[in-house]
Amino acid sequence: MDKYECKICGYIYDPTKGDPDSGIAPGTAFENLPDDWVCPICGAGKEDFEKVK
Amino acid sequence: MNKTEIKPDIFWVGGIDWDIREFHGYLTQRGTTYNAYLIMDEKVVLVDTVKHYLFDEMLLRIKEIIDPSKIDFIVSNHVEMDHSGSLLKILEYAPNAKVKTSTQGEKGLLRHYKKNLNFQIVKSGDTLNIGKRTLHFVHTPMVHWPDNMVTYIPKDKLLLPNDAFGQHIASSERFDDEVGWDILKEEASKYYANIVLPYGDQVKKALDALSGLEIDMIAPSHGIIWRTFIPKILEEYTKWSNHETENRALIVYDSMWGSTEKMAHKLLEGLSEQNVQVALRNLKTNHISDIMTDVITSKMILIGSPTLNNGMLPSVGAFLTYLKGLRPQNRMGFAFGSYGWGGQAVGEIEKIMKELKWGLPKEGIKIKYIPDEDELLSVKEIGKILGKNLMEK
Repeated sequence: MDKYECKICGYIYDPTKGDPDSGIAPGTAFENLPDDWVCPICGAGKEDFEKVK
Repeated sequence: MNKTEIKPDIFWVGGIDWDIREFHGYLTQRGTTYNAYLIMDEKVVLVDTVKHYLFDEMLLRIKEIIDPSKIDFIVSNHVEMDHSGSLLKILEYAPNAKVKTSTQGEKGLLRHYKKNLNFQIVKSGDTLNIGKRTLHFVHTPMVHWPDNMVTYIPKDKLLLPNDAFGQHIASSERFDDEVGWDILKEEASKYYANIVLPYGDQVKKALDALSGLEIDMIAPSHGIIWRTFIPKILEEYTKWSNHETENRALIVYDSMWGSTEKMAHKLLEGLSEQNVQVALRNLKTNHISDIMTDVITSKMILIGSPTLNNGMLPSVGAFLTYLKGLRPQNRMGFAFGSYGWGGQAVGEIEKIMKELKWGLPKEGIKIKYIPDEDELLSVKEIGKILGKNLMEK
């Protein structure tokens, strides 16, 4: 599973960790995050994320 | 006497906003300053500008030092209009100046001013040699906007961190030891609580990045320049960014006919009997931005509202909206209020406390219409139990 970086604030979504504060379990792929999930730091939407190479 | 030389050949050329009291919802009872800095070297650099209506003041200070057309670079550390508001005007006087900013800075400035301003994008870690000095740019995203960066000058051991370490104080004194620690600590903590609090993790990253640098002066974009109290303010920033609190309680409430107020006072009595320091803040007489200054040191936060039209009082709702956005962590919460029927307010308050992941050591209390003596005693008892919970943590 790939990590994704928020292009607004630099937060990195790590699927192995998930985003428990927003109810996202560890092991959730970025692609499987709900459409209304937002960056836990700056609030940007999924469309502002890019795959970390 | 309009310019201040803060380091050899580095001048404060900002503006003093003596009159401002309302800053996007933040009560600035001491006014504020917008600090811009002029660096005189083989190249001339202006770091940040001032709010648009203080442009003439900044220009006057610059002109005492140099013809503004000689400015080679303008560093825009932060897009927000209190710092970028005079960019267009100063560029009229300095048409050849290049604007150094981050990628997000360029995007933001374009959205604000709809104009290409001779941008030169700097990445985090980039440097700019201007003669005897080299400027270092470090991005600090979300402290407190995505575009934020800081400028560091190793030769002068000088950090220009923009909004970080700022305080809203209008003053003719420029340095911390001329003002005194107590006032500075209060205003710096109010600033942190109202502006920087949600971004503790980003502050920690920024502090880590700065920890290796030699710094003997921190010159922020608002208020007073740090040169004597640097270790003290760094210590406070470390505490605040780790959400470390004291064994203090804060009671915030509003009342319709005095019943919720009576409950607030009984909770205060109970907490005080357990030797807890308590601040009691009535939303009718306290500004929410001042209450945030109490939030930053308080381990336990008790919030009370009567039920009006099946919900909270609007004043309590507004406070909670503000509080939720600022995301204080590692707190204990307690909700209370009187009601006539329905009684939804207490549950609504607890819902927000849970969203903030606060611990709720006791279920909230609601009392129908007007509390009697026995009920008031039971409220005081709850205050004592909460006081014990707090002192044991």
